[in-house]
Amino acid sequence: MDHQFDVAVVGAGVVGAAVARELARHHLRVVLLESRHDVGAGTSKANTAILHTGFDATPGSVEARLVARGYELLSAYAPGAGISVETTGAMLVAWDAEQAATLPKLRDKAAANGYAHAEILDADAVGDAEPHLGPGVTGGMMVPDEHIIDPWSTPLAFVHDAIANGCELRTSFSVDSVQIEADSTVLTATDGRSVRTRFVVNAAGLHGDELHRRMGFDGFTVRPRRGELIVYDKLARPLLQRTLLPVPTSHTKGVLVAPTVFGNVMLGPTADDIDDKGATGSTNAGLDALLAKGHRILPALLDEEVTAVYAGLRAATEHSDYQLSHHADARYVCLGGIRSTGLTASMALGEEAVRLLAAAGLTAALRPTDELRRVHLTALGEQAVRPYQRGGTIVCHCERVTRDEIVDACSGAVPAHDLDGIRRRTRALAGRCQGFYCMADVCALAAAADGRTPHDWAGLA
Amino acid sequence: MSDVTIIGGGPAGLSAAIELRRRGVRVTVLERELQAGGIPRQLPHPGFGMRDRHRLTTGPRYAAGLVRAAERAGVDLRTGETVTSIDALHADAIVLATGARERPRSARLVAGDRPAGVFTTGALQRFVAQHGRIGGRAVVVGAEHVSYSAVLTLRHAGCHTVAITTTFDRHQTYPALAWATARRVPLHTNANVVEIIGRTRVEAVVLSDGSRIECDLVVFTGDWVPDHELARRADLPMLAVAKAPVVSDDFQTERPGVFAIGNLVHPAETADVCGLDGRHVAPAVLDWLTLGRWPITVTPIEVRAPVAWASYDGRGITLRVADIVHGRIRLTHSGEVQWISDQGTWLPNRSITIRRDAMKFTSRPFDDQRLLVDVLR
Ligand SMILES: Cc1cc2nc3c(=O)[nH]c(=O)nc-3n(C[C@H](O)[C@H](O)[C@H](O)COP(=O)(O)OP(=O)(O)OC[C@H]3O[C@@H](n4cnc5c(N)ncnc54)[C@H](O)[C@@H]3O)c2cc1C
Ligand SMILES: Cc1cc2nc3c(=O)[nH]c(=O)nc-3n(C[C@H](O)[C@H](O)[C@H](O)COP(=O)(O)OP(=O)(O)OC[C@H]3O[C@@H](n4cnc5c(N)ncnc54)[C@H](O)[C@@H]3O)c2cc1C
Repeated sequence: MDHQFDVAVVGAGVVGAAVARELARHHLRVVLLESRHDVGAGTSKANTAILHTGFDATPGSVEARLVARGYELLSAYAPGAGISVETTGAMLVAWDAEQAATLPKLRDKAAANGYAHAEILDADAVGDAEPHLGPGVTGGMMVPDEHIIDPWSTPLAFVHDAIANGCELRTSFSVDSVQIEADSTVLTATDGRSVRTRFVVNAAGLHGDELHRRMGFDGFTVRPRRGELIVYDKLARPLLQRTLLPVPTSHTKGVLVAPTVFGNVMLGPTADDIDDKGATGSTNAGLDALLAKGHRILPALLDEEVTAVYAGLRAATEHSDYQLSHHADARYVCLGGIRSTGLTASMALGEEAVRLLAAAGLTAALRPTDELRRVHLTALGEQAVRPYQRGGTIVCHCERVTRDEIVDACSGAVPAHDLDGIRRRTRALAGRCQGFYCMADVCALAAAADGRTPHDWAGLA
Repeated sequence: MSDVTIIGGGPAGLSAAIELRRRGVRVTVLERELQAGGIPRQLPHPGFGMRDRHRLTTGPRYAAGLVRAAERAGVDLRTGETVTSIDALHADAIVLATGARERPRSARLVAGDRPAGVFTTGALQRFVAQHGRIGGRAVVVGAEHVSYSAVLTLRHAGCHTVAITTTFDRHQTYPALAWATARRVPLHTNANVVEIIGRTRVEAVVLSDGSRIECDLVVFTGDWVPDHELARRADLPMLAVAKAPVVSDDFQTERPGVFAIGNLVHPAETADVCGLDGRHVAPAVLDWLTLGRWPITVTPIEVRAPVAWASYDGRGITLRVADIVHGRIRLTHSGEVQWISDQGTWLPNRSITIRRDAMKFTSRPFDDQRLLVDVLR
């Protein structure tokens, strides 16, 4: 039996990581449990990376409150932590009379959400703002405060921060069984390892409903809503100034075209309800649908090369709002159903988790600020000064990643475990050649850094 | 004396540098890798140097030979130098020679899972050259020269190629090469890989006809795209299909003083042809440096389907057809036929060349007039 913790956070996606970071700021013994080999490797790595103002949330919902708060917290936290953020703004684009007629309602909704800077534009003004839009625009609404953010560094920064302040991280720890005793709970992993903890926070994303049931509760079921995305080459970046949003429906925010902090352009996501929580592949139907939408929104985009294709699964449930709850009897807090805004809301969810834990009976005092350590990652965004600009040896030419960055990614408190982990920490292999030039070199460096073979790293062992 | 900066130390860039040095020009080659030599450096099989060095050798030997010759000629060869924009360079002439790469799986929009075991030929050859055996069953996507090079590499890597796929109704390489490397490998014609299956490792691919092939590796071959970032950022006009900067017959671009050579302008020819580009460009660079000679306009060679694109290489005009075609390839200039081939079958992904000395005109008619390549069926 492992030693005793005050709180175990299950799931090291962006939400669990933010919770662990917030808890580590208190006088508490915290453990973060993650079933995968790496943190941030679930839904948190595969989203559209927008830091939402929450202008279009449902007023009065938990989501609206936490998105607005999370936006504030993360915007303030990111620069100091090395998380790249760009204030590009966004523009909703209407393509028919009906959509244009919806815009005033959306502006009112934004106001109800406390967002006052939305501004309705006529078709000409939309065209002036974004000259590469396709024909047929009927109007638009500017949302100047929407940001884009580095989604890979966000959970990593939180985890580094948590660990620096005493949190323990257990990866490859897939919580399988739960045993709730009089004043503590034992969480046992599929491989037999276990931890004993007083309190449990469920941040298991797509598997949150399963853990919730194992904790003895019910009330929501996760049905994944898959979102497929196409990432275009950096040479497409001049085609747009800001994120181009469709007029949203109740089912989805719709297909958008957005710049990324890495300098690419992203087209997506689709929204398909599926049953398989592991189905993060893309489909021909999904890609065709995206190309059709992209052709309408930004025709010139389709002439550019595609750099990457991926899909993420939103933890959608039968409810439209987040499913947050606390259970004093089981010393348990659930952060469920965090569907399509969890990156933005993450830090607010961290705060909320502490509140809910208190309501469930945990007393925790904040540690004095001077005792807390802060972590600063190397910023990955195009706007940042990157290590190669200070003269390192470049290994990945497409993304201009240096040898030292790759070696660093394979060591330290939260080392990468596979090429995808190196990609999220450095951008290596995330570029247009997808490894044509540097994959063998990256594998060699990684193998030298951690002792496993290049074949292990390439996933070929 | 004037300075020339060449970006890219592959066969094209190095050959141009050597040739310019012979003419007394000061030349700097900027190469982003720690070693110059370009792609051949990583390709241990024979098949290099026939047309330019008149000796067949392996990629690394060919590359090393060019690097040695460049050093001996007094070329200032700077490795580990990535050029991010040509605007910051101080040179009297710039030669872009940044090469081309194979389109990876993502750029081909192949749906499905994203498991380990998906390669381009280039990535595979480097991995095998550095790290050795892989093992398992492989599917090779594409049936052009480089595809059969992939089959050979797979054999060296202890892999068994279980299928080669092509969207056309036959392969597009030399029958002898196909026979020598892959006579026992089923060739799936009129077929494309449309989906990859396998959550962690590749388990199978699905073809466009719905059939499924179990395998452990997928190698995407050919389907070249130039490394045109610098050319695009310099706003050089591009050929739409080849995605290569438009050049004149002497490799001048739209921008005076900026030349482009090698696979950047014709994706892709063999290394020796890129070497010939380097030789051909040198006198034109000298003409620019000494006489300021530059064409008034640089017009792309017009093409009509099924010709996909036409550009220039060290031998003359090089072009590709988009489909298998029977007929006569024809080059016209202001309506006048300059060259016409015999009746033949022309294969996609195969280099089709109209040699300079075979064209009727003797002077340069290119400055403000149009060339057209089409097929007479
Ligand atoms: C296509 C798409 C686009 C999106 N766009 C945006 C956007 O622009 N802006 C925004 O703010 N949000 C966006 N989102 C939403 C955002 O990505 C998610 O809300 C967020 O990533 C959820 O984080 P999470 O930590 O809850 O889930 P996850 O990242 O899935 O983390 C849960 C973790 O729990 C682990 N786990 C599960 N079960 C167990 C177990 N039994 N034991 C141990 N560990 C376990 C998993 O391995 C996983 O790592 C988007 C989502 C999608 C899919
Ligand atoms: C798998 C495979 C098999 C092949 N087999 C054969 C064969 O058998 N025989 C044959 O003749 N040919 C073969 N080829 C083709 C041969 O490799 C090419 O024809 C040749 O390398 C092209 O020469 P190049 O100089 O145009 O470009 P490259 O060789 O690609 O050289 C371009 C150079 O430019 C550098 N560069 C690019 N951008 C920058 C920048 N911004 N700053 C600084 N430097 C930069 C690159 O690092 C590179 O070294 C093969 C190719 C592949 C991929």
